[in-house]
Amino acid sequence: MAYDYEKHIRAGKLPHIWCPGCGHGIAMKGLIRALDTCGLEKNNTAIVSGIGCASRLPGYMDYNTLHTAHGRAAAFATGVKMSKPEMNVIVVGGDGDGTAIGGNHFIHACRRNIDMTYVILNNYIYGMTGGQFSPCTPTGHKASTTVYGNPDPIFDISKLAIGAGATFVARTTAFHATQIDKLIAEGIKHKGMAIIEVLDDCPTTYGRRNKFRSVVDMMKRLKEIAVPVAAASKMTAEQLEGKVLTGVLYKEDKPEYTEQYAQVIERAKGA
Amino acid sequence: MSAKAEIEIIERYCKGCSICVEFCPTKVLEMDAFVVKVANADACIACNQCELRCPDFAIKVHKL
Ligand SMILES: Cc1ncc(C[n+]2csc(CCOP(=O)(O)OP(=O)(O)O)c2C)c(N)n1
Ligand code: SF4
Ligand code: SF4
Ligand code: SF4
Ligand SMILES: [Mg+2]
Repeated sequence: MAYDYEKHIRAGKLPHIWCPGCGHGIAMKGLIRALDTCGLEKNNTAIVSGIGCASRLPGYMDYNTLHTAHGRAAAFATGVKMSKPEMNVIVVGGDGDGTAIGGNHFIHACRRNIDMTYVILNNYIYGMTGGQFSPCTPTGHKASTTVYGNPDPIFDISKLAIGAGATFVARTTAFHATQIDKLIAEGIKHKGMAIIEVLDDCPTTYGRRNKFRSVVDMMKRLKEIAVPVAAASKMTAEQLEGKVLTGVLYKEDKPEYTEQYAQVIERAKGA
Repeated sequence: MSAKAEIEIIERYCKGCSICVEFCPTKVLEMDAFVVKVANADACIACNQCELRCPDFAIKVHKL
């Protein structure tokens, strides 16, 4: 028997709307395998998103799902977790949703170390709206709004998450399919804010403007730029030029927000 | 050599991206007018690479 993905997908929802070769589907399969590995019950799991192609993902999932406002996934997810701390809360969204309009919610959810797993699909672009540049579009690259090349430096999402206080931060790519579910599963098991950045491909609005002539070229690029953290420690700065580190980048045990808040409630009762 | 898995293609889901064709280590798959087809079934080593990377839930590897 092949893997049964459809057991986790709402009936009649396939084929999905994503373009041919869009990595969001590969990430969705990884998320499904991770939910399975961790044995999460559908009724006790909420998958929350904002707006964007990536944010369409929860709509396919046969779980409790919440498709909210652009950039606000972390805020809604915080509400779910605060009202039902026993629930497993997963956030899925894009680089634009999470680091542009939603950057503020993203960093503060990290700072609070609230127990959720945030899977951020970084395809370097605003895919859904036709390819405007995002805070993750590489410097010099082209977007519909940077036709002469993007002058901005990028946000490194994983570094941003670590700096903001997330206690589990990991990165992989859509090419490294089996690593997606391993890292998401580790993130789910971690108590606190877990960020899993998946470097992804948007052939339609990013690839074609940036000389990746096919989906396969984009996948090969993801394969080539990824360097596992262990291997990177033995490489020179020159060898690491243009590469991105993959694997678990940061892990720390720190007090979790809903537990801290429960103590506040106890103290208030005694006052 | 005999096939180690039976490959099932759900044509209705396949969007013809050719990711599975490119990364199959033994060249089992081929594109046929924007939909993938099994061209060399016997060469399949059941590595699952095609199923893992198909973004469209369109290919299933049934191990034999
Ligand atoms: C308040 C608001 N502003 C702008 C938009 C338009 N909008 C929809 S999706 C999107 C960007 C999505 O980019 P990203 O999160 O990276 O997802 P992708 O489509 O690349 O997967 C924008 C700007 C919106 N829906 N709501
Ligand atoms: S526009 Fe880009 S991100 Fe959106 S579905 Fe198409 S390939 Fe995927
Ligand atoms: S299972 Fe492996 S060998 Fe068989 S078709 Fe898929 S990628 Fe090719
Ligand atoms: S990876 Fe999936 S969608 Fe793409 S050609 Fe192969 S079967 Fe079709
Ligand atoms: Mg994006």
